[in-house]
Amino acid sequence: MSHRVRVNPIDCEAHGMCAELLPERITLDEWGYPLVDEAPLDGVLVEHAIRAARACPTLALLVERERSRRRA
Amino acid sequence: MSSPLPMMSDEQPMARPDAPPALPRLLAGIPPEGAMTLDEHIAVHGPPPVVRGEGRRRDRERAGALIDEIERAGLLGRGGGAFPTAIKMRAVAGSRGRAIVVANGAEGEPASLKDRALLEALPHLVLDGGALAARAVAADELIICVCESADAGIEGVACAIEERRHSPRYSDFDRSASPRLTTVPGHYVAGQESALVNHLGGGPAIPTFTPPMAFERGVRRRPTLVDNVETLAHIALIARHGAPWFRRVGTPTQPGSALVTLSGPVAYPGVYEIEHGASLASLVEAAGGFTARARAALVGGYAGAWVGGERLRGLALSNEHLAPHGASLGPGVVLLLSEEACPVAETVRVACWLAGQSTRQCGPCAHGLDALAASLQELASGGPQAPAARRIDRLASLVQGRGACGHPDGAVKLALSGLETFAGEFDDHARHGPCDLCARAPELPLPVRPVGATPARKAVARS
Repeated sequence: MSHRVRVNPIDCEAHGMCAELLPERITLDEWGYPLVDEAPLDGVLVEHAIRAARACPTLALLVERERSRRRA
Repeated sequence: MSSPLPMMSDEQPMARPDAPPALPRLLAGIPPEGAMTLDEHIAVHGPPPVVRGEGRRRDRERAGALIDEIERAGLLGRGGGAFPTAIKMRAVAGSRGRAIVVANGAEGEPASLKDRALLEALPHLVLDGGALAARAVAADELIICVCESADAGIEGVACAIEERRHSPRYSDFDRSASPRLTTVPGHYVAGQESALVNHLGGGPAIPTFTPPMAFERGVRRRPTLVDNVETLAHIALIARHGAPWFRRVGTPTQPGSALVTLSGPVAYPGVYEIEHGASLASLVEAAGGFTARARAALVGGYAGAWVGGERLRGLALSNEHLAPHGASLGPGVVLLLSEEACPVAETVRVACWLAGQSTRQCGPCAHGLDALAASLQELASGGPQAPAARRIDRLASLVQGRGACGHPDGAVKLALSGLETFAGEFDDHARHGPCDLCARAPELPLPVRPVGATPARKAVARS
């Protein structure tokens, strides 16, 4: 099962912790809001992502398990 | 007395001998002013299609059959997204818990008047569709949302609900989910699905982060079907006449008719019913023709796309036909711009207005749309062109897809489409500053709605 990071843009207040803790996937835009690479995370990156999500002061960073796609 | 649902047997395409003419459909028998009464409604469309007294199981099958029929009809949502209605209904029907149906008549798009026209003149079509949808998804609540500034729409719906309550046949028809009227604030994003759900749950009418989507967890955490009021009106007719009838007009990918709000330099701006795929020329003709030469059309609303010059000729109004021009019908909006208006000034004005409509919940939207509008303004007032153009490109990529709702994406679409369609004009402005037309009174109706103009009510066939 793979994981991805996502940002809740309403909760995000541009503290920027996520970019510090997960620079492999997150950079900041000119206003300080995260630009997220939503490619699947593997191995140690999952741990880093979870750490970053826990560190977010507004809990706006989400680590989501990739759901298997439903068949139509 | 009740007529059977026409879609019960699967194979036989239904062509009832009394099937109504191709067009108008929704606007058939529309009174020149005021609302169609319940008796008139029944005279025009026939009684509500429901069979009683066959047990709940039979009701459920019937409800499922309606969703199947809507799927066969290929009905797409009319709020702007053109999402297949049957898919949404199935998702709601399949979610756990008693469902709620919300008829979305918020119409926050200032260029659109069709929802209020429908609520004002033909409320029973919307209420029929709402009741049928409620049955189909096993909902026990039907909430009709009307923009708080649409006085006539509010009155139309309120009176219609009262009329139905006093009609034995209709009070029974509405029994499982009695309709309730609610007003919604008039700002642009108030009609966005999650904003509406938020509002109905007692919160502000601003978008929320999804998931959860309304169909799984909506109003009071219950599965909620949010359908545009025009979508529901079509359901009222599909239930009566069947999918083959519905598909008799329109295009294979976008079947049926649609309400379109036409404004700009035509004799009778207003709300028209067109067949999907009808030509812009036929719509303009129905509206009494041009009163001035048109330079371009903003199609799909203020978050839509410009279609300019030569492309206007021969333009057909369906998403398939509009796609090559980067446009879509959206909620059915065609704003014509005359040659007496400056397209650069108008684009800038719309971009500024859209920036102002950000609810400022999401950083990229709150910062980005203001910056985007400012850069457009810079270009329009003359100055170094390359930096502003680069900045706009960068902002567009920074803003797109980064909001909780689609608002920033729509604003970017408008800006980029203006820059592309009016590349020459923007270039002129950057070189020489504002043009003579810039100082003229704005032509696109913003931010106030056009007042006094009673919407024209007519049907337009595909030519």
